[in-house]
Amino acid sequence: MDIIVCMKRVPDSAAKITVAGDAKSIEQDGVDHVISPYDEIAVEKALQLKEAHGGTVTVVCLGVAAATKEIRQALAMGADQAVHLKDAGGNRGPLEIAQALAGVIKGRACDLLLFGKQSIDADNGAVGVMVARLLDLPVVSLVAQLDVADGRATVHRQSEVGTEVIEVTLPAAFTVQRGLAEPRYPKIKGIMQAKKKPLEEIDAPAPAGTMALDKLEPPAAREGGRIVGEGKDAVGELVRLLSQEAKVLS
Amino acid sequence: MAYESPDFFALDELLTEEERMVRDSVRDWVEERVLPDISDHYLAGTFPMELIAEMAELGLLGAGIDGYDCPGLGPVAYGLILQELERGDSGIRSFVSVQGSLVMWPIHAFGSEEQKQRWLPAMHRGEAIGCFGLTEPDHGSDPGGMETKAKKTDNGYVLNGAKMWITNGSMSDVALVWAKLDGRVHGFLVEKGTPGFTQQQMKHKYSLRASDTSELILQDVEVPADAIFPGVSGLKGPLNCLTQARSGIAWGAAGAAMACYDEARRYVAERVQFGRPLAGRQLVQAKLAEMLSEITKMQLMNLRLGRLKEAGKMTPQQVSMAKRNACWHALQIARTCRDMLGANGITGEYQVMRHMCNLESVITYEGTHDIHTLILGHKITGVEAFR
Repeated sequence: MDIIVCMKRVPDSAAKITVAGDAKSIEQDGVDHVISPYDEIAVEKALQLKEAHGGTVTVVCLGVAAATKEIRQALAMGADQAVHLKDAGGNRGPLEIAQALAGVIKGRACDLLLFGKQSIDADNGAVGVMVARLLDLPVVSLVAQLDVADGRATVHRQSEVGTEVIEVTLPAAFTVQRGLAEPRYPKIKGIMQAKKKPLEEIDAPAPAGTMALDKLEPPAAREGGRIVGEGKDAVGELVRLLSQEAKVLS
Repeated sequence: MAYESPDFFALDELLTEEERMVRDSVRDWVEERVLPDISDHYLAGTFPMELIAEMAELGLLGAGIDGYDCPGLGPVAYGLILQELERGDSGIRSFVSVQGSLVMWPIHAFGSEEQKQRWLPAMHRGEAIGCFGLTEPDHGSDPGGMETKAKKTDNGYVLNGAKMWITNGSMSDVALVWAKLDGRVHGFLVEKGTPGFTQQQMKHKYSLRASDTSELILQDVEVPADAIFPGVSGLKGPLNCLTQARSGIAWGAAGAAMACYDEARRYVAERVQFGRPLAGRQLVQAKLAEMLSEITKMQLMNLRLGRLKEAGKMTPQQVSMAKRNACWHALQIARTCRDMLGANGITGEYQVMRHMCNLESVITYEGTHDIHTLILGHKITGVEAFR
C-alpha cells in the first residue's frame, strides 16, 4: 500500500508570535518550527498502516528551504521518502497550494492520501479536500479512526454533531484529526537513517499573485477579569451581567 | 510553559542537523514522559522502571556503541542525550550512563566475541540491565586498594568481596565486577541469581532517590572461565570506562543546571514582592548573569570535548576538567536557584531542590571534585599528590 502524506512547516504552538516590522509577516527570530500537529498525526497513521500492511510512505511538503528540517523529522519517524516543493516566497491561497500539491502527487502511486484537518497557522482547513477534488479522489474529512482492508477504508468522521461511519473505496483522501494516532518520538536509528533517505527537491510554481496579504495584526489584548462581589451576594449581579452584558444566559 | 533551553552563544549552529534532532527528540520525551512523574518517584525512592522500555525503544541505551544492533551515534549527539536526560533527573541519566558507558562500552572494548553477542544487543533493547562494580565500602577514590578477589579454579573463578554505591545494582541482570586475580585487577561478568551473589538496595538516601543504588555482596561466587574479560587487566580497564562515563556526566550536569536556571528565570519574572517582579532587582539579575555565564562555559567545554572525542584526541585530563567544572558549577547554580525560589524552592512543585540534592552525588561519584583537582594538578606540575 502506497501512502502519501502532505505536511506543512508551521511555527511551534509554544512559540511567542510577534508581527514583524513589515506588518505582513511574523517575526522569525527565535521561533522554532515544527510539523503542523495534525499533519504529524497523519504521518504517524501512515507509518502504522505501513507497519501493518506493508508498502511505502512518502511525505510531500510545500515550504521554504528551511522546511528540510521538518521533512527530515518525518523521515526520521520512518517515512521512506520525501518530496520538497520549494517555495521561494509570496502568498498563496488554499487553492493555489492545493494545485501545487496536486501537481506533484498526480502520477505517483498512491492508495491513501493523508492530510492534517488543518494547519495550525493558516487554519483554513481547505487544502486537503481541494487536492482530493483536483485529483478526482473521494475524500473524507475530520477522520478520527481509519482502518483499511481489501482495498477499502472504514473511517469514523467525527464532527460536532456526532460520528459518521463511512466506507470508501481506495484510492481515497482523508483529512485527519486528534485521536487518530499518537505521533512517535523519532528514534536514534531513524534519525541516523533519515539523512540517507531520498529527498526530491522541486521548485514550486511561482504564486499567481491573485491573493495578497494586506496586513497582519496581533489579536487585541484580553481585558482583565472583574470581581463583582463575594459569596451569595454576588449571584444576582453575576446573573444580570451574564444575561445582559455577556449574553450567555437568557 | 515550554522549557527554553539556554543557548546564549548560539551553539546550536555548531551542531549537525542529526545532533539537533536527537537532542530535540529526547527533550520532548523527557518533557512528556519523565517530568510529570519524576517528583513522585523521587519522594517514593523508586526508579521509574516503566521508562526503561521507552528509552530502549528510542535507542538511548548504548547509543554510542557501533555494531551489535547499536546505532553508533557520535559523542556530541550522545552527550546531548545525557544533557537532556539529566534535565529531567540525574537518576535517569545515571541509569543510561551506567548501562551504556560503564557496562556496554567495556564489554564492547574488552569483552570476548561471545560476551558481546550475548549482552550488547539485549542491553541495547533494554531486555538486560547492567551495573558496574568497582567502588567498595572502604575503597572509593582509591580503587587500586580493592579487596574483592578472584581465584582460579578448575572450572573458572571464584569471587569474594563487596561492592558499594552501585547504580542499577539491584535491578541488574549482569554485574561487571572488578576483582584482583593474583594481585591484578580483572573484569568479570556476574549474572543475577548466581549462588552467593547478593544484590541489595541501599535505603535512606537524600540524593539520587529516583535511582537504584545498591550493594553487591560476593560470597564464594563461582563463575565460568568465560566470565572474565579477555581484553584487559590492571586498573586501566575500569579507569578507561570511567573516562567514557565522566565525559557524559559533564553533559548531564549541564542539563541539570539548565533546568534549574530556566525554572528560576521564569519564577523571578512572575514573582512579585514589594510591588514588582523579582526579575527587576539587581541582586536577582546578578545571579542570573552569573549562572548563564557558567552554563555557557559548560556548554562550550562540553561541545569541544565531544569534538575532541570524535577526532580521537580527547584526554582523560580534559575529561576531568569538564566533569569537575560542570558538576561544581551545576551544584552552585542549583543552590542559587533554590534560594531564588524562596520557600517554594524546597517543594516538589519545583525541580530545583531535587536537582540540588542529586548534584551532591554527581559531584561525588566517578571521581570526586578533589580527585579531579589532583588529576589536573598532576597534569600541570608532573607531580602526583594522591599518595
